[in-house]
Amino acid sequence: MIEIPVIRWGKPYESLEKADVVHFETGEVMARMHQANGGLVQMDMRKASKAREILKQFSCADLIKKCEKAADLFLNATLPIGNGTQTPEQFCEIQSATTGLPLNMARGNMSKNAFVLKHMGEILDALTRGLPLEILTRGYGMESRGVMVSYQASSPVLGLVLPSNSPGVHTLWLPAIPLQIGLVLKPGSSEPWTPYRMYEAFAAAGVPREAFSLYPGPHDVGNKVLETSQRAMIFGGTATVEKYAGDPRVQAHGPGFSKILIGDDMVDRWEEYLDVLVKSVLINGGRSCVNCSGIWASRHTEAIADAIAKQLGPITATPTTDPNAVLAAFTMAGAAEAMNSQIEEGVKSPAVTEMTAKYRNGDRLIRKERCDYLRPTVLHVSDLTDPMANTEYMFPFVSVVECPQKQMIGKIGTTLVGTAITADEAWISELVDARNIDRLNVGRIPTCSLNWLQPHEGNIIDFLFRTRAFQNSLPPAH
Amino acid sequence: MASLEDKCRDRKAELDQQTREIVQWHFGDDTGCEFWLEKKKTFDFDPLKDVNCFDDLKKFPLFEDDWLRGGPMRRWVPQPLQNKPIYVFETGGTTGVPKSRVVVEDHWIDYELFSETLPDESFPKGSNWLMLGPSGPRRLRLAIEHLAQHRGGICFCVDLDPRWVVKLLKKGKVEEAKAYSAHCIDQAMTILSANNDIKCMFTTPKLLEALALRLMDEGSSVEESGIKGIFCGGTEFTQQWFRFACEELLGPNVYITPTYGNTLMGLACGKPFDPADNYKITYYAPQPRAVVEVVDFEDHKKLVGYGETGRVKLYTMTKELFVPGFLERDEGEREKPHDKYPWDGVSSVRPYHVFAKTTTVGVY
Repeated sequence: MIEIPVIRWGKPYESLEKADVVHFETGEVMARMHQANGGLVQMDMRKASKAREILKQFSCADLIKKCEKAADLFLNATLPIGNGTQTPEQFCEIQSATTGLPLNMARGNMSKNAFVLKHMGEILDALTRGLPLEILTRGYGMESRGVMVSYQASSPVLGLVLPSNSPGVHTLWLPAIPLQIGLVLKPGSSEPWTPYRMYEAFAAAGVPREAFSLYPGPHDVGNKVLETSQRAMIFGGTATVEKYAGDPRVQAHGPGFSKILIGDDMVDRWEEYLDVLVKSVLINGGRSCVNCSGIWASRHTEAIADAIAKQLGPITATPTTDPNAVLAAFTMAGAAEAMNSQIEEGVKSPAVTEMTAKYRNGDRLIRKERCDYLRPTVLHVSDLTDPMANTEYMFPFVSVVECPQKQMIGKIGTTLVGTAITADEAWISELVDARNIDRLNVGRIPTCSLNWLQPHEGNIIDFLFRTRAFQNSLPPAH
Repeated sequence: MASLEDKCRDRKAELDQQTREIVQWHFGDDTGCEFWLEKKKTFDFDPLKDVNCFDDLKKFPLFEDDWLRGGPMRRWVPQPLQNKPIYVFETGGTTGVPKSRVVVEDHWIDYELFSETLPDESFPKGSNWLMLGPSGPRRLRLAIEHLAQHRGGICFCVDLDPRWVVKLLKKGKVEEAKAYSAHCIDQAMTILSANNDIKCMFTTPKLLEALALRLMDEGSSVEESGIKGIFCGGTEFTQQWFRFACEELLGPNVYITPTYGNTLMGLACGKPFDPADNYKITYYAPQPRAVVEVVDFEDHKKLVGYGETGRVKLYTMTKELFVPGFLERDEGEREKPHDKYPWDGVSSVRPYHVFAKTTTVGVY
């Protein structure tokens, strides 16, 4: 039995309370995770500044090299996990077994995390716009163009309350280490695997363990991580995002409501873009905030919805070991059923038509003993004010919405990734100015195709550092 | 010296005797309270004749705490006590009409009995107390104050209103809740720094954490503040928290003992600390005034085996209150009798798993 201890600034701590990590389908106990308590987090966080001090003993460039090494180790090495060891394949297998994520997606997410780590130098160079990284270490310095700049770390550590269902989000916190910011991780209850393996990979690559704390535990522990970190990220639903809106210390990552907008100049050629539409909806089991949940166009919307439904409708649940599996299980009791009920309620609207039903050959909801699945669903929505026009669920689900182009920007609401299929320069200019779109893609780019050299939901450099004035000589007379 | 077996047998006889006396009192025409005399009319048995031992209490229906909502309060007061000064204490609940219990002297008696279980070296007689926790409509403030006075000390009090904290948290006002907690700790810090000779304290796990960490941040500690003994309660007082408190918050020279109780039952004591228990917490009810059973989740009349898990069921048998079996919102494991408490105990008490998902615990 794998026993996973709490990690307190690099030191394993065996708690008297443990939680089982179980197989999503059989209920078999796969590991026991030691549980931290809130007070313990608060006690440790009094020493958070040491994490940054220890990391600052290495240059950012050194740490970037260690990231590259850690990427290889994460991807290829047998690494410790609690009281045992784990090969890369065992990592994917157990992650799939406890989360219900198909094995091929576990492997895909593993590669994605390793890719980001491997290319950390380029990513930081892009995100800092070429800033010499010594300036981040020293706090100030002269740029090559002769301008004094100063960056002050907003926190010695980055706190994270991590999810259980999306191993891809771990890419977001990886840059902290080469930026000499310690990590305080509260792993998800069924996915401790990525944070612990990443921690071991960093350690094996020579990053001091003292820069990391990992606190598995109940909600109280997550709350304490958020409360005591000067900078933190949490992953959750809309309610979580709303709860932390306006709190500069906390970056809440929730549903993306990512969309594809087809311009009037391209909409008559929509069939040429069908592969982009399908991929954006389907990839990673539709679980990501960057999966497309809305396709907006002024005409041909029924035909577009039907064409997507024809491809997605027949898809059904297959074992996680199926190399072609595309659907992930819902392991939280009642979650899939609740979503299914909401959709059933939504399609009663005269403006909404379910396009997948005729291609699905069965119900949307598949109930199993300890988990459920939801099969892909494509809706056609003729009234853009209908609630189903802007909805997101964590499975391949998309609403194809009929909307005049001139109204789209104003009606799509908050959109994490907006892919605009258009060559209309005037409209592109409006899209560039649209503050409700975070990541803007123009062209045949699936919403899920992320270039890691671009910032995601805010630039992590701006989140972890603040620019401020620094002078060590008199300014020019004026 | 009597064996544990002998002690258990004697205590069982004492419990049966208490049961007979208390049932006669609460159902006697000249002594019983209005509530039970009315209820008696609905029973298909006669408590005065048919209840002769503790096990006969199973003839009663389960006590429903909703009966405690609303007045008139005097319907709960046995006739001979009607002219005594009456206290009313709320038993919990954050919305609607609160559940209340009337008390004459039970809170004093309960805490005097509890006092006998406290080690004098850690809770020195004559030293003063700090009561840092919820008071308001609860009996805790008066009970702790009485405990301090009973032991020859003075009790300094800092109030915390948990219902306000629940409201803040439900609205997502975390910063305000933190500020309120800090406001309580500020007051405790002031009292501790004011030459009040405070050596003993009652508080909750959350407040003890906050106080200990504040003292550390200011270069001091609970021990350096002069406190030698703490008692602390609630389902948040878990095995892991007990260890954390001993090892990291308090150090070896401050004694902490867990308690488990409520306004209905009184105060269950923790089994004396034994390193061999690895901080496992076992509670024993103040028999024969109250009894704790661990019963089958499906059949509350059936005890689970020793070491097995079940729902906590409480009984209260004092002259002021009769509770013939109430299912608590907690579960735990049934424990064997201990030499100091020769009757069944309950360990690892935690919120009943069916309710746990919807209950807000540990707000103060």
